[in-house]
Amino acid sequence: MSKKKTERRDFLFTATAAVGAVGVGATVWPMIDQMNPDASVKALASTEVDVSSVNPGKTITVLWRGKPVFIRRRTQDEINEAKAVKLKDLKHPEKDEDRAKNPEWLVMLGVCTHLGCVPLDQKGDYNGWFCPCHGSHYDISGRIRKGPAPTNMEIPKYEFVNANTIKIG
Amino acid sequence: MSDHEYTPKSNFGKWFNDRLPLLTLANHLTDYPTPKNLNYWWTFGGILTFCLVTQIVTGLVLAMHYIAHADMAFDSVEHIMRDVNYGWLIRYIHANGASMFFLAVYIHIFRSLFYGSYKAPREIIWIIGIIIYLLMMAAAFMGYVLPWGQMSFWGATVITNLFSAIPLVGEGIVTWLWGGYSVDNPTLTRFFTLHYLIPFLILGLVVLHIWALHVPGNNNPIGIDVKKPSKDTVPFHPYIVIKDAFALLMFMIVFAFFVFYTPNILGHADNYIEANPLVTPAHIVPEWYLLPFYAILRSVPDKLMGVIAMLSAIFILAALPWLDTSKIRSAVFRPLYRQFYWILVADVLILGYVGAMPAEGLYLLIARVATAYYFLHFLVILPILGYKERTLPVPLSITEPVLGGSSNLAAARDDSRLEKLK
Repeated sequence: MSKKKTERRDFLFTATAAVGAVGVGATVWPMIDQMNPDASVKALASTEVDVSSVNPGKTITVLWRGKPVFIRRRTQDEINEAKAVKLKDLKHPEKDEDRAKNPEWLVMLGVCTHLGCVPLDQKGDYNGWFCPCHGSHYDISGRIRKGPAPTNMEIPKYEFVNANTIKIG
Repeated sequence: MSDHEYTPKSNFGKWFNDRLPLLTLANHLTDYPTPKNLNYWWTFGGILTFCLVTQIVTGLVLAMHYIAHADMAFDSVEHIMRDVNYGWLIRYIHANGASMFFLAVYIHIFRSLFYGSYKAPREIIWIIGIIIYLLMMAAAFMGYVLPWGQMSFWGATVITNLFSAIPLVGEGIVTWLWGGYSVDNPTLTRFFTLHYLIPFLILGLVVLHIWALHVPGNNNPIGIDVKKPSKDTVPFHPYIVIKDAFALLMFMIVFAFFVFYTPNILGHADNYIEANPLVTPAHIVPEWYLLPFYAILRSVPDKLMGVIAMLSAIFILAALPWLDTSKIRSAVFRPLYRQFYWILVADVLILGYVGAMPAEGLYLLIARVATAYYFLHFLVILPILGYKERTLPVPLSITEPVLGGSSNLAAARDDSRLEKLK
């Protein structure tokens, strides 16, 4: 008997195994996916913040999706400093203009990109933020300058609803 | 299993044993021949079983009072401490019990490293042990999150973020682990569920660990194979039972000292502050038993490589039976290995120390050297040592070194002479 010949039984085995695999997959997937963010968590996806009381040189921290968001009203000196940094000096090169559309306002996730701690304001070697957990230094544009963090602090999706209100998310 | 067949004495015993041979198992466990030279380092298996049972019993009771909800968990732990009858005692036993569990498991592991207990034919026992150790770390980590203090929250954040180092799918995995966009209530409830589950998985693996042990029997301080049963062995009961019980009592004195005199010394004061997602504590440290691995994580300046180094430091242990090429088990007969063994012990202690210190300056340098040495020990020194080392002559039996103290070693080595001693 030649090995190549496909028997009726081979077809049945393959078909049974295929249907079985689909069945197992369809059963396991809900068990895995139930751990993903649920509808109530996703519903809290955007936050509006009134920033009229924030003076230049001050940072406020608001909670968005359970994470802190830093909103800093930068002084002219700080903006100049952020723009003066050469891209080749950066571990994760990003222009300040791309990070702060309105240069006076820096809106970013206050989460260290290393392992998720909240960096401290106005600390560190670069006049920006410093993460106390594992020693990452960020500049006044929230860009990583020194330490184990791989990337700059993330900029969330946000927009100015009006002159005094920022909508995050 | 012992060779002889066992028959229960009573008729009911026979009837029952024919249907479910529990009495045969009990007889095997009491008669189980153990090398007669086992020292006190061999009592930690029993101590660890005690620790596991203690954690399960106290944990069960705590779960009757604890509320796994982000708004209520912290208060419910204080409720246990202040309102529940003996709640303070049960919680302190459970919290310090975790530390005692790790203290015992580290002694158990380092005993195995010294006497070569991981070598053939005991590789499976060793690997099951490593899996138990991994599950212990997972259970301890999730248990530490449950009080929902500052260290709980930020420890959970840092450890779950380790998975974000995985390229491409990392962020998705972290979101999936959290059940949200940060550590929050869904994270807490699932950690509670898993924290409850894992001890029972460990219990199952402990049964396999002991089962695998009972196939070749115990290793022993001189690391040679012994015939079982023979004049080199004693029955488990009463000899080992009494020795284990005595060691357990000594261990419980240490345990009780921590519970009653310094119940919080192994914890962190920041965990008595409720979790706050807006403020990270100035200095995050894991529990003491995870510090060496934490030091390895921080000693690598790259995020992904740091995580890989830390995990490798644990998984490398599973490959140990094949990395150690020496045929001689016990360090007693390996003069060079014995020295490297103590250097490794010092290296791990140093890693633990720098893991608790800030990751900067001299501490960082020491952590890097110690991390490099850790891997050097397992990947370079052990494989080469097996070929290069001149080992000392190994006795033919456990009885021999005892008689070797007499004036005539040659006579002691003579088997016929040994036979006469019976």
